[in-house]
Amino acid sequence: MSDSILNPNAEGLTWTVETLDELTQAEIYGRVLTSLAKTRPEIVFLTADLVKSTKMKEFVQAYPDRFFNLGIMEQTLMTVAAGMSLAGKHPFVSTFGTFASMRACEQVRTDICYQGTRVKIMATHSGLSFGQAGTTHHCLEDIAIMRTFAGMTVIVPADSFETAQVVRALVDYPGPAYVRLGRGFEFPAYENDQFEFKIGKANTLHEGKDFTIIACGVGVEGGKEAAEFLKHDEKIEVRLLDMHTIKPLDREAIIRAAKETGGIVTVEEHSIIGGLGSAVAEVLAEERLAVPFKRLGIPDQWAMIGYPEDLYEHYGISANGIRETVLKMVKSAK
Amino acid sequence: MQNKKKPIKAELITRLEYKSYFLRRKLLQLTGKIGGAHIGGSFSMMEMVVCLYHSFLKVDPINPKKADRDIFILSKGHAGVGYCLILADLGFFPEQDLDTFNQTGSKFGVHPDHKAIPGVEASTGSLGHGLGLALGIALAKKLDGKSERVVALLSDGEMCEGSVWEALLAAHHYKTGNLLAIIDYNKMSQDGPLSEIMELAPLKLKLETFGWRVHEIDGHNIHDILHTLRDLPDPATSKQPTAILMNTIKGKGVPFMENTVLWHYGGMDTEVEKKALAALDETYNSVIERFKKLETP
Repeated sequence: MSDSILNPNAEGLTWTVETLDELTQAEIYGRVLTSLAKTRPEIVFLTADLVKSTKMKEFVQAYPDRFFNLGIMEQTLMTVAAGMSLAGKHPFVSTFGTFASMRACEQVRTDICYQGTRVKIMATHSGLSFGQAGTTHHCLEDIAIMRTFAGMTVIVPADSFETAQVVRALVDYPGPAYVRLGRGFEFPAYENDQFEFKIGKANTLHEGKDFTIIACGVGVEGGKEAAEFLKHDEKIEVRLLDMHTIKPLDREAIIRAAKETGGIVTVEEHSIIGGLGSAVAEVLAEERLAVPFKRLGIPDQWAMIGYPEDLYEHYGISANGIRETVLKMVKSAK
Repeated sequence: MQNKKKPIKAELITRLEYKSYFLRRKLLQLTGKIGGAHIGGSFSMMEMVVCLYHSFLKVDPINPKKADRDIFILSKGHAGVGYCLILADLGFFPEQDLDTFNQTGSKFGVHPDHKAIPGVEASTGSLGHGLGLALGIALAKKLDGKSERVVALLSDGEMCEGSVWEALLAAHHYKTGNLLAIIDYNKMSQDGPLSEIMELAPLKLKLETFGWRVHEIDGHNIHDILHTLRDLPDPATSKQPTAILMNTIKGKGVPFMENTVLWHYGGMDTEVEKKALAALDETYNSVIERFKKLETP
């Protein structure tokens, strides 16, 4: 990656699709934010000793005076960001998801959300994306925690392309948001970053009337692969919804899926308690839509240590697991 | 920056002493009305907050969101009732609004909400947050080249929170000379004396070791408070954060409420209220006399 491909005149569009494909989610975030910050002097960036891990070097080099490294103090990282927002800044904060959502949980709730700030939390290494790091670095609770905070927007991009879209949507977004990123080794679910993206509106990546997969994060790519396989090998037409925004949730898309297809499976790299699956279940129950339904995710246990792709396979949230679950549910419904 | 050379007039001191007495009286009366309030911690910080708002901070009750105002954050949010009385007295909102304190649907809960109450800059109550919020505002002001000051008032019990020490560390690192931390050192927290609960001493030394400029003063002495505030370094040029460690008495002014955890939070019936008011009047008898002389033409 050389900087020569940068076109400083194009806001948020400063690289080719080929280059974008090579960048991790966090690198994309860093690059898009750096580009958009040019015309938005209010944007500041804060981290807790994770410039390298969160891939924000580009921003730091471009705007050294708008960068604040708080050292390893995640609580004060969030509180200081909230204070800066109260004083008119637009802070983007990066640290690992596990620390953002749990070590600094009350600071996010009380200082960032309750105070009514517009702090954007870009949480990296979420889910099992750093699975080999062990349980302290697994982050399987954050969606559940964050979506209970009043006024908080919760977004889980599927890949780097969608991350670019999320950052573009957030630079002028008024309230606080929690964006759940992985470690950057995800397979892309999208082909490029030129698609319609709206916070709170699910994207349909595969059309179908037999069944619906509602996924977020890495589940989207796995779901896409599963849907394609089911179409070609089993002649089962599966609808795939990329539910990138967990809150505010696209209720209409869920209701349509329940009414128009034969059942729903949710896929997330998160505990099955409180995340996307729970959010979808709430809608189905309230709307009295008693369709075949299953949540795929991490069961109520401490996840194994291991490489992410192995863990996704083990917990059935990769393409294979999704395909098997859908196949079983479709067959048993017949 | 206020004029350093000018001596502080005795008249100003008397007026601020009287104001502190007068607001304590109001708080006792309000407590009777609303059923309960944090009296102890409101009384220990009274002189300091009165001095800040009457003689130091650039704020405008008519235009609370005015640009380029100084920022004050009550980190010890449980003293919100005493703080709100001061704001009402200054005209940030009508005093009768306080009659709704603690009531369902009121703007005023025990801990102040900045989105509901004019003049309140941040919502506090969870301890250990105010200094970090003030630091964030101070950093933003520095980035914008602004010269206002940001002040956080902390309780001493709050100093047990690790996040306070994180913020102390970071403020020194970022050379936020526009940040002032005031610590209400009444040496009591809710469960008892801090020496028994969690010893903070030697607090001045600890703060200095963290790289702060520290002034230790008598937090009930208006003359000392005014002098300390007026001699603070210029926030526009200072590269070192300042702390005022003020020695205070929890429940100051009503002898039976002093130095006891009983009145950390409490309510009172008409009889206790009467007793408290009489005790308060006696404590400030000479202040009342001096003030009356000023008011007599």
